Amino acid sequence: MAMPLESPITFSNIGKIRWWQRGIFASQTGYVLLALAVLLVVMHFASPYFFTEGNMQNVAKNFSFIAIATLGVTFVIITGGIDLSVGSMMCFSAMVTSMVMTELSAPGSPAGSLFVHMAADGKTVLANVPGLILVVSLLAGLGVALLAGLVNGFCIAVLGLSPFVTTLGMLSIVRGLGYVVSNGRGSFPGGPDADYFYALTSGDVLGVPVPFIYLIVLALAMAVVLHHSAFGRHVFALGGNEKAAELTGIPVVRVKIEVYVICALAAGLQGIIISGWLGSAPANMATSYELNVIAAAVIGGANLAGGIGGPLGAIVGCVLLEVIRNGLVLAQVSSYWQQTLVGVIIILAVLVDRIRSRMI
Amino acid sequence: MATAQATPVLQLTGIGKEFGAIRALHDVDMQVLPGEVVGLMGDNGAGKSTLVKIIAGNFRPSHGEIRFAGSAVHFNRPIDARGVGIEVVYQDLALADNLTAAANVFLGRELKRRIGPFALLDHKAMAARALELFGELRSETRPDDLVKQMSGGQRQAVAIARTRLSNAKLVMMDEPTAAISVRQVEQVLGLIHRLKEQGVAVMLISHRMPDVFAVCDRVIVMRRGEKRADKPIHQTSPEEVTALITGAKEAA
Repeated sequence: MAMPLESPITFSNIGKIRWWQRGIFASQTGYVLLALAVLLVVMHFASPYFFTEGNMQNVAKNFSFIAIATLGVTFVIITGGIDLSVGSMMCFSAMVTSMVMTELSAPGSPAGSLFVHMAADGKTVLANVPGLILVVSLLAGLGVALLAGLVNGFCIAVLGLSPFVTTLGMLSIVRGLGYVVSNGRGSFPGGPDADYFYALTSGDVLGVPVPFIYLIVLALAMAVVLHHSAFGRHVFALGGNEKAAELTGIPVVRVKIEVYVICALAAGLQGIIISGWLGSAPANMATSYELNVIAAAVIGGANLAGGIGGPLGAIVGCVLLEVIRNGLVLAQVSSYWQQTLVGVIIILAVLVDRIRSRMI
Repeated sequence: MATAQATPVLQLTGIGKEFGAIRALHDVDMQVLPGEVVGLMGDNGAGKSTLVKIIAGNFRPSHGEIRFAGSAVHFNRPIDARGVGIEVVYQDLALADNLTAAANVFLGRELKRRIGPFALLDHKAMAARALELFGELRSETRPDDLVKQMSGGQRQAVAIARTRLSNAKLVMMDEPTAAISVRQVEQVLGLIHRLKEQGVAVMLISHRMPDVFAVCDRVIVMRRGEKRADKPIHQTSPEEVTALITGAKEAA
């Protein structure tokens, strides 16, 4: 069947694209990374405290607090969708996790009797393996996120509702449910497994904050999934041309549901981690975080029109936001300026990319 | 070209399709032989696209029988038609601009290799195979270039290379020359010749008379849901075909 090739095929009229005109060098992520590097140098000269170990740890920890959710929302943005419910999702997952943990650790409660019992001296004693309560509560917290993600995905992919409206509704639904289950009071991780919980969410390994370790592991996994798996290829195809994706036999509905589930799970995990750092899950936790998360993704080069984005961009966007916040504090500028500056940077980042793509 | 004894790749008998009270197709018989290029012409609403969609598995016919390579087939979904060897090149080409040529060729049927429990994309094999296909089509298209940066002709080559992946026996092309420049039309007609050389039957759905007369062996004219003419290209003329399309001449 195969014809003898007239190989090597020669390209007489098409020049090879230069290395600096493709890949990361030609992407918004590349420019923002460069801007970040410049900013770091400026900060180094502006404040002697910036590059101290303590401050670096602080920065690493703080940006990890939104970066995992940003990874998740980047998946959705690449498909051309949007998820506004991430902030509420963080809160609700965290709240469910700590409420379940508290409930299971109370010897008197119906569910708690399976896990703990009261010893003769009045102390609670574990009935099972240590850590089981923690595992069950984490699964409960991530479970509600999974459900919310499924509902988002179902409404958007199967019923064909607009992602903006669906997730705006979910933002309100999930936040409302948070107030309902907690009566507006918030909740605290408690019981015999609370120490494990704090170690897993706000501890550190050899001086590296654990949220940062989770972030790196998840970002690497995301890079592999996006660029080296069929699922990732389909995510990009969906954002590039949804009709083409459908015609070529890609399971569009399934891929869409999957990205909203991934996004909700990432937000849920993020919320649980934040609650470990705060030591509680207040009912107004992470309010309007969806804006920070989406802003970070967009600054890092994810295109809201779909088809472009990646884990590096998500992280770079988060780091940039955090360095600016941190820098303003160190420079003793009123922290109220932060939000204004973030807005300016969002527009600048997109503008620079626009100018560049016109020049080529 | 057309040898009488060859088994037709595609044979339609008495195909009809109704949408409610509207009769979109009525009693259409036709056949396509291996390596034959058949032009399907007709005005808007003549039933061309309904016929194509039935062959491609988008619709089920209300009446009649489809035989593919000698055996009767029933398609419920486009993927069924693709399974037996019918590929469609859509008018808008169905390409994802943000992906490379190779990624587009393999969209939906990526090659994978196993690494432990994971199935990862086999980028190297896909790029190599895509380059081979572009070579067969004699198109100067690099597998690693983004489709966004390509010319209309190259984009056509990518869409056609996709159909070569599965060694399709019948390729249907919907208006492939409608929206591209004159030089690129040449390239696309060249691509059709390449397919023909390799024994692939091609159905060209087009409004452009010169293109049909340049590459087709036979032309079929549809009007008001019926087949009005089915003639070898050298026994007809653009004038006659135009008359058949507009209804100035009823049948031939």
